[in-house]
Amino acid sequence: MEKDKDLSVSLCGVKLQNPVVPASGCFGFGYVMSEYYDINCLGAISIKGTTREPRAGNPLPRVAECEAGMINSVGLQNPGIDAVVAQELPKLREVYSRPIIANISGFSIDEYVECCAKADAAPQVDIIELNVSCPNVHGGGMSFGTQCESVAEVTRAVKAVAKKPLFVKLSPNVTDIVAIARAAEEAGADGICLINTLLGMRIDIRTRRAIVANVMGGFSGPAIFPVAVRMVWQVAQACGIPVMGCGGVSTARDVIEMMMAGATAVQVGAANLRDPYACPRIIEALPAEMERLGISSLSEIIGAAHGK
Amino acid sequence: MTNKMMRKQLEYDFTLVRNERLAEKTWLMELQAPADAPADLIARPGQYVNIEVEGKFLRRPISVCDWTSDGRLTLLYDVVGEGTAAMSAWQPGRSVNMLAPLGNGFDVNALGERPLLIGGGIGIAPLYWLAKAIVAAGRKPTVVLGFNKGADVVFVDQFREVTDEVYVATANGECGVKGFVTDVDAVKDAASFSAYAACGPYPMMRALGTMLPERGQLSLDERMACGFGICMCCCIATRSGLKGICKAGPVFRSEDLIWK
Repeated sequence: MEKDKDLSVSLCGVKLQNPVVPASGCFGFGYVMSEYYDINCLGAISIKGTTREPRAGNPLPRVAECEAGMINSVGLQNPGIDAVVAQELPKLREVYSRPIIANISGFSIDEYVECCAKADAAPQVDIIELNVSCPNVHGGGMSFGTQCESVAEVTRAVKAVAKKPLFVKLSPNVTDIVAIARAAEEAGADGICLINTLLGMRIDIRTRRAIVANVMGGFSGPAIFPVAVRMVWQVAQACGIPVMGCGGVSTARDVIEMMMAGATAVQVGAANLRDPYACPRIIEALPAEMERLGISSLSEIIGAAHGK
Repeated sequence: MTNKMMRKQLEYDFTLVRNERLAEKTWLMELQAPADAPADLIARPGQYVNIEVEGKFLRRPISVCDWTSDGRLTLLYDVVGEGTAAMSAWQPGRSVNMLAPLGNGFDVNALGERPLLIGGGIGIAPLYWLAKAIVAAGRKPTVVLGFNKGADVVFVDQFREVTDEVYVATANGECGVKGFVTDVDAVKDAASFSAYAACGPYPMMRALGTMLPERGQLSLDERMACGFGICMCCCIATRSGLKGICKAGPVFRSEDLIWK
């Protein structure tokens, strides 16, 4: 029976009523979406990537459409961790009682540490998501996430100040995702989130110039789903810590596939931008999809494709 | 999605009634709202809808050209790429999925007793319903419409049915005043109007915004993703902070804008 389905999962002791989590950057600070539906139906929310200082982000245009996806180069526009803690998190808590994931980015180890410590101290935050994978800023973000040494260094430094579960969000723009994930795990990460966007580019063939002002940007959407499934599968195989799968998820079937690859929770990104109701639609569709596939509890299928 | 979780419906399936070419690159689309849509679904001139196009990941944001309380929606759109080219082939009777309404829209009352409306290219679209709303409020708008060339001139007759003060400019002089909207006497004399509203390409908006920094309402156009304020792909710096054009706009007070 569909109504008997158990959708709940547990991420390092944080209980999620279902595995569906709007991904950072595709849901703002969450409360805007509560105008459109009751966001308490979500498993958790990963808030907009936050840095120590406020950031105005990149020049416009910041978006280019692609086949089955899009490129963005927002560039970590955010009001800074102090304003997020003082204003955005309380505003979200007013309308939302489920777990909150704070996505933190930076440009130096010190900045990551200071910012994560502040997020860790915020009572609204349940999980820290260390973003070492933003492709849209120079000298920060992804540059920390493409080498084992720097991933380990920033993970270790943040782990020393963070009491809450620490997930490291990885970039797919690397030669060996498994080595990077292992470096994070060995440095003390409690979980891995992957994938962030793929570095991409589009050219306006009329003007002969890149469409986005920052030339390159992060490619997301259904087109990257197979890449994400592959990387989640590889990392889940190689690591012993929980994985949050992310990348091109737009249906309940995608959620199930990502979980079978090894994801404990599944983030939904670009799909929210095309359909504001993407997450509740996926959550509502899950029980029927589980029934069709003979699944009674979602937590049972985590890593099912590994034959474990 | 079931109503249990829904708080505000943003997605509607309209039915296409009419879709025809009016000028070289400009098409008109008329759509009928579903029966359950409220009569005031589109609340204000200057709001827009975001239209789903099969096979395209992002929706197409299109200004509302007209809305009547019987649920009839009129859109004007330029065919500029694959998405709008696909839209131009749609036949009456088909269902059109859209997010509606989006954006803030113009403040009709703040335009005062003698408003000047300035449109450039496809930016004339939202000014049509605005002109009608101003007339309905018992005031008389003056309308200036600018185009690149004669073959682009569109909807002038429809504006003339609303007000007799309609002036046209074309950059190549094929129709009306030769030059830009800023070469039209009414715009040169903008100070004699109570306020102005404008929509058009960025160079036109910047020219107006710097020439007429006060009492203006400017509707900005930018590449967008979501249309409802979460992705931050269309944020600009204003004098009151960073604002998303899609939700805090597209209409901004001239005093609030910063021009580069």
